Amino acid sequence: MGTSIPVVKAILQANQAVASENRAAFDRVGLLAVNLMAAPGAGKTSLILAALEHLPPALRVGVIEGDIASTLDAERIAARGIPVVQINTGGACHLDAPMIRSALSHLPLENLDLLFIENVGNLICPAEFDLGAHLNIVIASVPEGHDKPYKYPGMFQKADGVVLNKADLLGFLDFDLEAFRHGLRILRPDVPLFIVSCRTGQGMEAWVEWLLEHRRQQRERHGP
Amino acid sequence: MHELAITQGILSVVLETAEAAGARRVLAIDLTVGALTGYVDDSIRFYFDLLSRGTSAEGAILRIRREPGEGHCQTCGARFPVEPPVLPTCPFCGSPQIRITGGTRCMVERIEVEDGDEHSGCEGDPPGQPGRGL
Repeated sequence: MGTSIPVVKAILQANQAVASENRAAFDRVGLLAVNLMAAPGAGKTSLILAALEHLPPALRVGVIEGDIASTLDAERIAARGIPVVQINTGGACHLDAPMIRSALSHLPLENLDLLFIENVGNLICPAEFDLGAHLNIVIASVPEGHDKPYKYPGMFQKADGVVLNKADLLGFLDFDLEAFRHGLRILRPDVPLFIVSCRTGQGMEAWVEWLLEHRRQQRERHGP
Repeated sequence: MHELAITQGILSVVLETAEAAGARRVLAIDLTVGALTGYVDDSIRFYFDLLSRGTSAEGAILRIRREPGEGHCQTCGARFPVEPPVLPTCPFCGSPQIRITGGTRCMVERIEVEDGDEHSGCEGDPPGQPGRGL
């Protein structure tokens, strides 16, 4: 008979180790890293662009763009004069911590205050891969429907904050906001929800202020 | 699709453990997969067969235990297993005051190996054949 060996190891421990290194690299320079996760088309790039409109001009922002292929999103960011690194995952449906580590060497980390990491559009696997970000944000959008927390509970359980985008469509679609809120509440009782429209700018102040508060806390803990 | 990376993680934990134990071959793997992760057992098996080829885990039996999430009703106190899609209310009393936890773990719990034995060297053994070590 074979010998039985207890293991009890999380399968992504190798990723976890690199994620911790990434987090330490961010902390050394007092940088707040924000991982944006969402389905394709929910508005990840738009949320970054809209945030740039509302963040203080002195705040130095960098972006890592994850995509299966193409540099379209990175070009939209670069057009604003923001340092951006494109990661093409070549088919993989999520970013992982080693990809972020490779990208960091292309960014002037010590000259940044806030780093947005735009994950690959997907509501399942990005949740599993810690990148080393300080905040994991899930962006949902009104046209996707209010049932997303019920159907993708793993993703919403990992969220430190949830942004509901395309709120300007709330009056036109059968989106039950209370059912959406309830789904968040049963999975992650205290998670903050930001109801925004990147198109109209609605709700952006509260979202940006929340980010800035985290940035202040991060700087108090680690910053120069 | 995402099961590919997950299965790579499973395989690397298994092979590291087997090597550290000086095992010649991995016979079976006990895996716990949280029901709220969205991982599909058949996909994990499919990728495992592909990725394990030529390794000491080739042909190992993959035993997957689904671990449901746990619902806890704040009204009636019931605890109940949860599978997606998550229901918005308690299945016992209908209260919406529920909390859902767990169901997102993915762990290699245990592996069963054939011990290393310098006299055996039967690389061509069919999968699952009992080992001769110890």
